[in-house]
Amino acid sequence: MAKGLSRQKKRDLVAYSFIAPNFIGFAVFTLVPIVFAFALAFFNWDGSNPITFAGLSNFKQLTGDVFFKAALKNTIIYCVGTVPLTMIASLALAIVLNQKVVGRGIFRTLSFFPYVASLVAVTSVWKMLFHPSKGPINNILYTVFHVPMEQLPQWFTGGLVLVSMILFSVWKYMGYYMVIYLAGLQGISAELYEAASLDGANTWQKFQYITWPQLRSTTFFVVVMLTINCFKVYDIAIMLAGGGSGELTISSTVLVYYIYQKAFIDWKLGYSSAVAMVLFLMVFVVTMIQFRGQKKYQ
Amino acid sequence: MKSARKKAIAGKVLVYVILIIIAALMIIPFIWMLSASIKSDREVFQMNPFVLIPENPKWSNYHDIWTKIPMLKFVENTVFLTIVVTFLQLLTSSFAAYSFAKLEFKHKNTLFFAYIATIAMPWQVYMVPQFIMMRKFGLNDKLLAIICLQAFSAFGVFMMKQFYEDIPDELCEAARIDGMSEYRIYASIMLPLSKPALSTLTIFTFVNTWNDYLGPLIYLKSEAKKTIQLGLKMFISQYSSDYGLIMAGSVLSLIPVLAVFLCLQKYFVEGVASTGLKG
Repeated sequence: MAKGLSRQKKRDLVAYSFIAPNFIGFAVFTLVPIVFAFALAFFNWDGSNPITFAGLSNFKQLTGDVFFKAALKNTIIYCVGTVPLTMIASLALAIVLNQKVVGRGIFRTLSFFPYVASLVAVTSVWKMLFHPSKGPINNILYTVFHVPMEQLPQWFTGGLVLVSMILFSVWKYMGYYMVIYLAGLQGISAELYEAASLDGANTWQKFQYITWPQLRSTTFFVVVMLTINCFKVYDIAIMLAGGGSGELTISSTVLVYYIYQKAFIDWKLGYSSAVAMVLFLMVFVVTMIQFRGQKKYQ
Repeated sequence: MKSARKKAIAGKVLVYVILIIIAALMIIPFIWMLSASIKSDREVFQMNPFVLIPENPKWSNYHDIWTKIPMLKFVENTVFLTIVVTFLQLLTSSFAAYSFAKLEFKHKNTLFFAYIATIAMPWQVYMVPQFIMMRKFGLNDKLLAIICLQAFSAFGVFMMKQFYEDIPDELCEAARIDGMSEYRIYASIMLPLSKPALSTLTIFTFVNTWNDYLGPLIYLKSEAKKTIQLGLKMFISQYSSDYGLIMAGSVLSLIPVLAVFLCLQKYFVEGVASTGLKG
């Protein structure tokens, strides 16, 4: 039987047998839903009644949707706050850890703890620490800095929700990006610094003329990854600002939450997919920038 | 010369001061968590004076959390999901990656393009149609749904392929001349060599599955199917002021991930750095 097959055919079959277990799962559970998602945005459907063609009406409706606009705005504000702060914090940490310091390994491990720790666990601590009336942060603000009781920040309501989310996410993710920066720093040749020292450059000049330019491609990558991950924010908002059943108000809602809400609470699947397309477009644009940038930097 | 030395010392001191501040910020929430987990609700927020370990530690928090909510069931579900997903992910990704990295075959580029094209696609974009499809398959409220969702990622294949490409082709060629089958080469040459990549993928998959919230939230509705994250969140919204118990549950939910991370971290740091940069 095998005789009929040419050598190349046989080789192909072996190769396919390696790929098949992953590819079949991937095709069924990822590729098909992706195609489905694009189509669904142009239909109206509640998941049980007959599906009807909607054309562009879902997208038109988005332009007048106050809740959608708030979700988009909050996501972007969160992004604008989180990306630079995380970048600066992780770069600073990487530079410090790149020095010859005692206990470097321990510090590196510690800074990874927030990254691997589960969100439910660490957000519940965070909510205790920042508790508006009983938490130690506001307690310090009250007793040490004499902030009047009624002016103590309400960290998880109103305008401060986004600030809390940004602070939390810098804390949680800086360790991860620090490692990427650390790898970048180790790729910079020591000779550059030695030459600069001979020329009498100070620490800041070394950073400005060697470290920063040499890390350009790393920074570019970090910023792209951070931006994409910020667009996808959801659970941080739910855990920090969500009410008892996990619902978000107009001041804390984010894009992914709106996708979830429209689909699984209101059962407007087409409309939810239209919101998902906006998220897709945002990520797509950043990814395209990344592809172009990679060519430039590498 | 002397002033240069002074400057160097001042620099060192500054570095340590920054380090200690950052390390403190990183670790204080965890210390608070541990401390609060053995306190009574009255002691939890006590600041004047703040005590790390109360006079009568309330160890019963660690006992009560198992009876207040079906914690054991949640742990069982999460352990089962995490182990199965991690195992499938490692096996199928390394299998597929071997083929993409070391074999020549028809439609190789087309197939690989399917992976590349979706790697930047956020799951949140297609989670809704995916749910509709899984419901059609009868997987709603089944642990199997989470396995299907997590086990076959493009990321795993991508990462393993990059690692295999750095292993010289000559190794495989030599083995082929010796008459080894491709399956033997994969199992006895490639797999043992890929420990760093496998460790990195293990941590990523383990941490992601263990900590996942939105996936289980969408699929797992009945209490007997819930994971530890869902269960803990449910407990928090029901007993929002039982801080000691919430913290005890949180500590328990952290132990497995931290253990896996600490065991494999040596490889993980290398892995993040290299996969990160190649992106």
